[in-house]
Formats: sequence, C-alpha cells, structure tokens
Amino acid sequence: MTETVEREVGRARPRKEDAHLITGQTTWTDNIDVNGLLHFALLRSPMAHARIERLDVSPALERPGVVAAFSGRDLAEGLASMPCVWPVTEDIVMPDHPPIAVDEVRHAGDPVAVVVARDRYTAADALEAIEVDYDPLPPVLDLEEALAEDAPLVHSDKGTNRCYTWPLKTGEDFDAVRQRAEVTLKRRYHQQRLIPNAMEPRAVVVTPIAASGEYTLYSSTQIPHILRILMAMVTGIPENKLRVIAPDVGGGFGSKLQVYGEEAIALAVARRLGRPVKWTESRSEGYLATHHGRGMIQDIEIAANRDGKLLGLKVDLLVDMGAYLMLITPGTPLLGAFMYPGIYKMDAYDFTCTGVFTTRTPTDAYRGAGRPEATFAIERTMDELAAELGLDPVELRRRNWIRHEEFPYTAIAGLTYDSGNYEAATAKALELFDYDKLRAEQSDRNDRADTVRLGIGVSTYTEMCGLAPSRILRDLRYVAGGWEAASVRMLPTGKVEVVTGTSPHGQGHATCWSQIAADVLGVPFDDVEVVHGDTKAAPQGMDTYGSRSLVVGGLAVHHAARKVVDKARKVAAHLLEASENDLEFTDGVFSVKGSPEARRTIQEVAFETFSSHDLPDGMEPTINAEHLLDPDTFSYPHGTHLCAVEVDTETGQSRIRSYVCVDDIGKVINPMIVEGQVHGGLAQGIAQALYEEAVYDEDGNLISGTMADYLVPSAPDLPEFVTDRTETPATSNALGVKGVGEAGTIASTPAVVNAVIDALRPLGVEDVRMPCTPERVWKAIEEARS
Amino acid sequence: MTHITVKVDGTTYEDEVEPRLLLIHYLRDRLGLTGTPIGCDTSNCGACTLDLDGESVKSCSVLAVQADGGEVTTVQGLAQDGEWTGLQRAFHERHALQCGYCTPGMIMAARDLLRENPHPTADEVRQGLEGNLCRCTGYQNIVRAVLAASEEEVTA
Ligand code: FES
Ligand code: FES
Repeated sequence: MTETVEREVGRARPRKEDAHLITGQTTWTDNIDVNGLLHFALLRSPMAHARIERLDVSPALERPGVVAAFSGRDLAEGLASMPCVWPVTEDIVMPDHPPIAVDEVRHAGDPVAVVVARDRYTAADALEAIEVDYDPLPPVLDLEEALAEDAPLVHSDKGTNRCYTWPLKTGEDFDAVRQRAEVTLKRRYHQQRLIPNAMEPRAVVVTPIAASGEYTLYSSTQIPHILRILMAMVTGIPENKLRVIAPDVGGGFGSKLQVYGEEAIALAVARRLGRPVKWTESRSEGYLATHHGRGMIQDIEIAANRDGKLLGLKVDLLVDMGAYLMLITPGTPLLGAFMYPGIYKMDAYDFTCTGVFTTRTPTDAYRGAGRPEATFAIERTMDELAAELGLDPVELRRRNWIRHEEFPYTAIAGLTYDSGNYEAATAKALELFDYDKLRAEQSDRNDRADTVRLGIGVSTYTEMCGLAPSRILRDLRYVAGGWEAASVRMLPTGKVEVVTGTSPHGQGHATCWSQIAADVLGVPFDDVEVVHGDTKAAPQGMDTYGSRSLVVGGLAVHHAARKVVDKARKVAAHLLEASENDLEFTDGVFSVKGSPEARRTIQEVAFETFSSHDLPDGMEPTINAEHLLDPDTFSYPHGTHLCAVEVDTETGQSRIRSYVCVDDIGKVINPMIVEGQVHGGLAQGIAQALYEEAVYDEDGNLISGTMADYLVPSAPDLPEFVTDRTETPATSNALGVKGVGEAGTIASTPAVVNAVIDALRPLGVEDVRMPCTPERVWKAIEEARS
Repeated sequence: MTHITVKVDGTTYEDEVEPRLLLIHYLRDRLGLTGTPIGCDTSNCGACTLDLDGESVKSCSVLAVQADGGEVTTVQGLAQDGEWTGLQRAFHERHALQCGYCTPGMIMAARDLLRENPHPTADEVRQGLEGNLCRCTGYQNIVRAVLAASEEEVTA
C-alpha cells in the first residue's frame, strides 16, 4: 500500500496561474502575432431569415490592404457541415449547417462573406464594399407557432421546425397518480435566452506550413481535443497534421464548449492563402455569433397529497434550438431531464422535450446546461405547492427529500445518487441565514403593509457532475466517450510534469492538479508543473465542461501518480535490496521498515531510473505513467441556498439583502478555489433571476445586442455572499470529490425568484417572468391589484 | 497619419498613427504590449482600463493621438524589479481572479480608486469598480482584495 501524508489536498493555496495573469504576461489568442499575419473579418446577415440573391465580394478586393475576399459559396468546397455530436433520437432532424452561409441566412449574424486584409481595421472597413441582395423570408420566433402546420420553415428542405421529441417516463403512470392525488398544480415557466459573456471574446489564429500541409489552430476554446477531431472532419485536414492550442482562455461558461464556423473558416482561408490568419470577435459580433444558453418554455405539473407528500411530476419542454444544431444543442436539455425530480422521492415522472428550430442564434450549453433549468422548475414549483398547502417551503422539502440513511438511492429518473446529506446542509444554511428571525420580520412587514416587502427564497438541489461515463453517454446517443487522460512524468531532476487532458479557463487546474500530484508523490507543490491545452503536448483528452474536470481529470491525475509511485517502489526495493512489501512510503521517501536509514527519496529513484544503470530486470527506464479514467457513474453535489430579497412595491426594485449557501461538493482540494467558483456561479445564476435576457424584436433582430443593452451585473448589483460547506464525500471515486463549477448557478436562480415571489405573494402575485426586472415586478403587482 | 510621442510603462515610443487608431490597438498591435486586453466595443466592460497621465481611462475609448505627449501606465508596468504591488499581491492572495481576463483592468481601476480614496468601505469599492465587469468571481474576492490592499495602505 502507498502511504501518503496529505499535505496539499484541502489547503487554500493561492494559485500558480495568477503570476502571469496579474502582471499582464498573458497569451490570449488575440495576443498571438506571427510574421505575415493577415486578419479577417466577417460580413454578417442583418436579417433573421433571407435568401441570398446575389453576393459580390469583388469591390472589397479593390480596397488597399485587402488580400482576399470570399463568399460562402467560394469557401463551400472543402468544408463539410458543422458537427452536432448529440443526435438524441433516431429520427432527429439534422439540417445542413455550413460554416458560412451559402444560399440562405437563418439568424441575424449568420456570416455570409469574408475579407482578409493586412490589419483588422482594413478588413472591417472593406466589409462595407461587399454587395449583397437579400430576399427576406419570414422569421420564426415563437416556439409554439413554429410547430403549427403552416408555420414558415427555418430549414425548408426539412418540412418541419420540430427537431426532435425525447420522452422519459419512469415509475407509475403519471395520469394514474394524478387521479389519486389530492392536489395538483400546473405552472408555465420561461427560461429566457442568455448570452454567456465570457470576458474574453472568441478569437482564432491559424498558422499553416504550406509545404507539409500542417496547421496550428489557436483558439479561445474549452475543448482543444474535441475541436481537433472535428475540425479535421470538417476541413479534411488530417488529424495528425492539425495541432490545436488553447492558450490562456478568458472564461467560457459553455460558450467555448463549441466548434465554431469561424474556426473552420480560419483553417479554410489559411489553406487557400498559405498565410497565417487571425479573427477576433467584437463583443457585439459575439452576441450574434457565439451560442446562447437556456431558451425554453417549461410546462410543469405536480401531483401531491395534502400532507405535502409528492406523488408525481410531469414536465413538458419546448426548447429553442435556434437556427442550427451546434455541438451538443439537442442534448443540453436532456442533461436536465434527470434532474427535474431533484432531491425528492415520488412515484411517477413523465418528461417530454421537444426541440424547435427558430431563426435566432443557436443555443447550446451555458453554465449548468439543462440542470439550472430543471432545478428552477422543481424548486419554483415546490414553493408554489408549499403556498398552496400552507406549509413552510423548507418543511415541504423536508417531507419529501431522500434521507441521509437512504443513500445510495436510485431516484425516480433512474440515477443512483451515491451520497448526500440534505438535512445537514439545510440545517447549517438555516442557521447561518437566521431563518426564523427573517420570517418574523417578513410577517411584521406584511402586517404593516410595508411598501418594502421581504421575501425569503429556498432552493435545495442536487446535480449530476463529472460528465463522463461513456456507457451512459452511449445510451443517450452522445457519440463520443467521456473519459479523461492524465500522465505524470518524474523528470531526472526530480521535478514533475503532469499532463492533463482537461483544458482550464479560470478554474485553477494547474494548482489543484499540482496539489493532488504533490500529495501522492510526496514532492513539493512547487516542483509540479501542469501541461494542458495543446494537442501536441497533451495529446489525449476530453477537455473541460460540465464540472467534469476534477471528478474525471483530477482523479486521472491521482491514479497516474499512484502508478508512478508503484513503479518507483519497485526500483527503490531493487536498489535497497528489500522486498516491496517491506517498504514504507512517506512524504516522498521509501524506507525499509525497521531500518529507516535504508532509504531512497522518490527524486533519487527518478534519477536512478533515468541513468538506468541498475534497474530491476525487464523494467523500462522510466517512471512515467498514464491513466485514462472512465468512471462508472456521475457525482452528485448538493446543497441548500437561501436568499432574502427586499422588494420595493412602489418601484418594483428587488434588492438582495442576504444570500447564504451551503454546498456539499464532497472532498475539497482547494477551499479557496472552491469558494471562488461558488461566488462566480452565484453571480451568473442571480443574473438570470434579475438582470439578463437576450431580447429579439418581432423581425428577429437581437435588440439586446451590446453590453450596453444586455445587463451583465457589475459589483454594486451583487450582494456579499455567505458561503459554507458540508462535506459528504462521494463514495464513487477514490478522492471523494464531486465537482463544483455549476452548483452556484444551478441553485441560485430559483432561490432568488422564490424570494421575489415570496415577498409579493401577500399581494396576490404568483409568478414573475425572469429576469425579474423592476418593470416586470411592478407590472405583476399592478395586475394582481386590479 | 499623425506623429505621436508616448511614454508607456517607462519607455518612450514615437510613431506615425492613423488619427482613428484607438489607444488600446496602438498598445496591443503596434507596440506588442498585450498585457491590456479588450472585452467589448461599447466601453462597458473595463477590461482595457489603464492609467493615462494619472487618470484611469478605458483605452478603447481613447485615441492614440490623444495620448500624444502623455504617459501611460499599464498592468505590465506595475511590478518593479519583479516585486508586485500591494494590489497585485492582494489579488493573488485573496483569489480575486479566475480566468484573469478582467484582471488588468480591475487592478488598474482599483489602483485609481485607492488613490482617490485610500480607505474605502466595501460599498465604496463596489461602486468604484462599477465600470469593470468580471464574469468569473462574482466580485466578492475582488472587493476583499481591494480592501486588503487598502489596509496595507498600498496605493502604488
Ligand atoms: S474594452 Fe470594454 S471598456 Fe474598453
Ligand atoms: S476573472 Fe474572469 S472575468 Fe474576471
């Protein structure tokens, strides 16, 4: 057995990543410059839906400094349709998705032409010279109308705007359960479209070596490995001649979990011209061209008894796919399908999801992807049910959740939750929040008919993290696996290189993976370097999304490091002329039991292995190890979030007064990084509740098309959060970890909206559509009054 | 083309620039000083914040010609002899950055804030950083970092 002392795991270490970021020594993709670099700009459709009647790029070529210009048709040859890797049903409608439009544009911002020039200003200017005639077609914007028989079609060759219908029925028949229920409630919720807004705009640089046909693609991507495979398929460039590098990446939140047309266009243009090219989106261009998140109508029906016992849940979703299927567009809502029943026990679950094409920017994964929507629906509905039954919302939850002693528990949607303790997290949260005191203040304000009301919102959640188990992904018709790769190399000097297939963009993998490896190997934290984000240096991987990095990638590092120790032990035993079983390994030192002076450090073993003068027979001269991990199951973080909101009934303004969350993410590697992830997640979830929405006008123009119109909250808009944890280790993996990246976002949106509604319920308000802006809140109050 | 002379992080540069060239593009594309990033095209995000003649400005809304004869300090010019400023240290120690894209602008804006108000309250820090968006941190650790730096009376 390997014995290690944990010195690093659990420690709040400031990050090694920070040094270059706080001194401005960064390599964002847009910082990359090479000799002869050309810049390209894209002409984008000003209309939601139109046929391209005529497109002439030649006037652009006359501008000084312009090197080339291409229409979609010019580039079409040699570029396949953009990939969607999640055909969720057998009969799914998968329309053609050219990287650049050829005959028809299907959303405002669909690219139609490219100008390549010496600098970015010249390229942008020359776009104006391109002549395009559009023949407008009717936009398709309303999800229900889009499904009507005679609706105009987004993809006329497909004959329908219905992309797919995906059902999941488990337990008893819902109709039967409804029959015997004492109470049923129906609600409709709208998940507004959100624009992810990673602070770094997307950028792409391609450097070709024309003679050998090799290409390096730099991209601000979350998924260099997946991108490489799929770009090889789209462009026909052999995979082994394509290197993808994700340098410093400035946030993603799902929006960079994508294979974008611009990446294919950059490769195509560089191939045509034999020159390096760069493209960087402007923010407002990104609003049109980078995928959006959420965007669905949820019809929810819940059946229960008068004592609050849940009996069944029915969920009907209409999901806005947007104009095309991006990488995992159809599958995103399915990630939520398993989460609608949340942490509750019930007898029947009936879920149906229908994907609908519209003439809007495509949607895809955005922080939490499917799970925030699901958690919102169940947690809002639980509050509605509590109000209906006259029960405290916490009490209603308590009566229905899975109890600690019941784990592992197979929930109604079919997932087996390995561990959890909802009681503990909730108790801690209630205490930190001072729940009873706030409830007293609330009723006091209600009694006084105060113009500023207090509302308290609860949200208890679980989620599935560690998007991995390849067999489960197969059952869901996701075409790739979900494993992750790591290798650990002890260098001759005793330093360590950890190569990971995950590709961070702010999550602190270099620090956390160093902590994990340092503990297993017994080496100093600072002696570990982590290599990532370059398909040449880290050739295998499945990248970073869905809170999978630690649970799959970090664990792979742990296992690879264990293999290194096992091999080092063999060498040490040989050198010490002892049996392996007689060796102890503590703090990086192998010593013979009972004679502690007979010892070798792991660094000494590394050097001996390199010199390989005296190795055990048959041993290869290396103590590197690789581990590819494909876990059996997901992990299930959970927690309880509580929010108190003051709502001014005269202005409609909501102000978060206090926010408490207690998350249980199992074992923690670096509490400081965890806290940061929770804060960021809360900010995004609160933003959905109160501020953000992608708004389209009736012609299909994005009218919240800049950062001036789309309200990303700034520091004064957000409260001080109180975050805490309980620790119920995952039993399904060796580190006991669960994943944290999305928890804050998933739980906070319903907590905040529940609080707003709770404040207004005495005035007769039962719902406010998100985001709960002052105008919407005020109108809801007025409506309830009249 | 207009002739300009600008001192950036201690080095003086002379150049011919187009009158419409933005200061941020001049720094990034002409001088190769890529420590200051760009996050938007509407002067809303604050990623490009730097110091021009003792004032913090969003360099995406300043023309390079407006900096003629001026002195610019960017995040790249803060550390002296490898020694970080108190704010840089505080950002690191309080985990006030994740992806780090907003960080140069945040540090420069915070520096300006502390220059004007060396001992701000948490609310004043939040107000003072209103023009700088961060998508990763939820601001809490940024506020903590700025307060920590102010307690050290770090205003450099
Ligand atoms: S780049 Fe956004 S404010 Fe300057
Ligand atoms: S740290 Fe990523 S935007 Fe602020």
